[in-house]
Amino acid sequence: MQEMLQTLAEKTRSSGYIAEQSLLMNLWLMSELGRPLLLEGDAGVGKTQLGKTMADVLGRPLIRLQCYEGLDVNTAVYEWNYQRQLLAIRRQEVTGADAPLTDETLFSETYMLQRPLMQAITSDDPVVLIIDEIDRADEEFEAYLMEVLSEYQISVPELGTLKARSIPAVILTSNGTREISDALRRRCLYHYIDYPNFDKELDIVKMRMPDISPRLASQIVTFVQKLRQEDLRKIPGIAETLDWTASLLKLDLQSLGDSPDVIFDTLGCLLKTREDREAIEQVTVQKLVSRAV
Amino acid sequence: MILNTDNTAYEQSLSVEQVADLISERSIGFVRYARENRFPLGVSEGLDCLRVMEIVGVTNKPQLKLALKGLMCSSAEQWERFDRLFDLYWVHNSSSGNSRVSTGGTGSRDKNSTPADSGSGGSSTNPQFDVPDPSDVQSADNAMASLSQQGASATETLAQTHFNQLNHAAELREMEELAKNLARKIRRKLLRRLKTASKGRRIDMRRTMRASLQHGGEPVSLSYRKRRVQIPKLVLMLDVSRSMSVYSYLFLRFARGILDVFQDADAYAFHTRLQHIGEALREKRRVDLIEKMEIISRGWGGGTRIDSSLTEFNRRYARSVLDRRTVFVVVSDGYDTGEPDALVRELTKIKRQVKRIVWVNPLLGQPYYSPSTKCMQAVLPLIDVFAPGHNLASLAALEKPLATL
Repeated sequence: MQEMLQTLAEKTRSSGYIAEQSLLMNLWLMSELGRPLLLEGDAGVGKTQLGKTMADVLGRPLIRLQCYEGLDVNTAVYEWNYQRQLLAIRRQEVTGADAPLTDETLFSETYMLQRPLMQAITSDDPVVLIIDEIDRADEEFEAYLMEVLSEYQISVPELGTLKARSIPAVILTSNGTREISDALRRRCLYHYIDYPNFDKELDIVKMRMPDISPRLASQIVTFVQKLRQEDLRKIPGIAETLDWTASLLKLDLQSLGDSPDVIFDTLGCLLKTREDREAIEQVTVQKLVSRAV
Repeated sequence: MILNTDNTAYEQSLSVEQVADLISERSIGFVRYARENRFPLGVSEGLDCLRVMEIVGVTNKPQLKLALKGLMCSSAEQWERFDRLFDLYWVHNSSSGNSRVSTGGTGSRDKNSTPADSGSGGSSTNPQFDVPDPSDVQSADNAMASLSQQGASATETLAQTHFNQLNHAAELREMEELAKNLARKIRRKLLRRLKTASKGRRIDMRRTMRASLQHGGEPVSLSYRKRRVQIPKLVLMLDVSRSMSVYSYLFLRFARGILDVFQDADAYAFHTRLQHIGEALREKRRVDLIEKMEIISRGWGGGTRIDSSLTEFNRRYARSVLDRRTVFVVVSDGYDTGEPDALVRELTKIKRQVKRIVWVNPLLGQPYYSPSTKCMQAVLPLIDVFAPGHNLASLAALEKPLATL
């Protein structure tokens, strides 16, 4: 087990994701117990990224299902290709072929449009399935998903029950816009991703931006860490830190102390609402910079 | 011998079977202990826990903690208190050599200074969710208690408000039923409308035929019927200060009815500060509900600080609770000791994120009342619907503003 965790750590790292021990343990348990993993945490802490990393690490294809209000079976699981069916009927009428078109032919997999859930289950090789922002989907869909995730089968009235050819590794993410049902929670492994601490964030910045000088990297991370403690509506995530770092590198900045104006002007990378921009004034920025330098 | 490090009571050598028995007994005990501490573990989860304990090994505490954490937790709140729960059972409680956890229910907050408090290695950074000592099973209640005990202010009455009162008053119970029925009625109407409107993304034959004309009668492009009606997400803010005490119980009941039928509704109570009561109100068993509410309602009935309560709401909850289909309902008489400026500022923030703000003022039903307080005057322009809520009929009239988007 210890070695497996070790290799998992190395692999996730080499594919550009830094995971703490508890997360690695959860990833290992996912494959060991065959349970889905539910990830919670604020926007921008790297929940979706983890799915991509998993696909990378396991060398499996990634299938992503983005949830939204009103998501239904037709867009998430399957839909009949009506146009194709109609064309087939019409062709039959015109050419007058001998073999009559039966219901079985019309409602076969040829005329089915596979949506993400169906794809994930009918794939011959196991895939990584990421169900993004499950809290945005409706209750009905959640209940349906529950059935799919516990039995790994989908029933299609015209075809019968389709059993999974392979069990996908499932990752669900949630921002907490709506309470997820206890049943689904119980079914899943759980991991809460918090904003990274100083060391971890510094690690991430250095890994993603190998060219950066250690001094600037640590200044940037200190600044962002302090900024998160301000009273903001939308707290900047890791993605924002990386954006900001990239833009500062483009501007050839050597140290945050060099040019307070540049920092103030590029804050748009970190603060994404008007209120937040207005709340953070020049003085506050200077204060934060002086603490970071 | 394996257990020597943490099990001093077993000095005499044990046979292999005995050790194995001991380990499995202790493992099962932990699952039970977690259940008692309100971790939602079903049978299959329990079995998986045992499997994990077997694979990882009970002697490898740090690894075991990590492995069980993901499996046993299912919410951020549990995530925070798991570490202490684990330490209490596996590290501090282990010398007793007894897998059963004492379930004496007398544990009070004062007794909480067990050695575990200092020994848990700083894992509990947030005092709101700390785990009580193992003799106290009602951890959730204690978390609630600590919520209601912090930040006391001078205007708060320390007397415990009697929530029990409701139980005996048949009249109030009747009111509760009515409030619940009302909530249910709103829900039923909505669902029916939803059904007729959605007809499940079906093909709209008439439009399809019309569109087929340009392809010489071949229905190449299809038209669908889509659903239009959406269920609003209700967020209730109940004023439980002294001036509202006549009404607040009734509105709590109404809130319970709403939460019961609308799955994503949420409720908060405020007087001089804010409390999240949605979870407690959802409690299915009446006994649990009363127990929880009794603890929460300690300190209710003091003054009102709407502005600071809303500030707190905006800081802690707004980001994850509010969205574009939210109907934000404030139930308050608007007698506030705070400054209207702050209130307007916070309410403006909320208004920008929600569909509609409904302010229910029970006093509005009285013949000589006009909303003349400074605070009420200041927020009137921000309110979409200003409604009375002094009797059931006026609550029933709320159906439209509450249930349509």
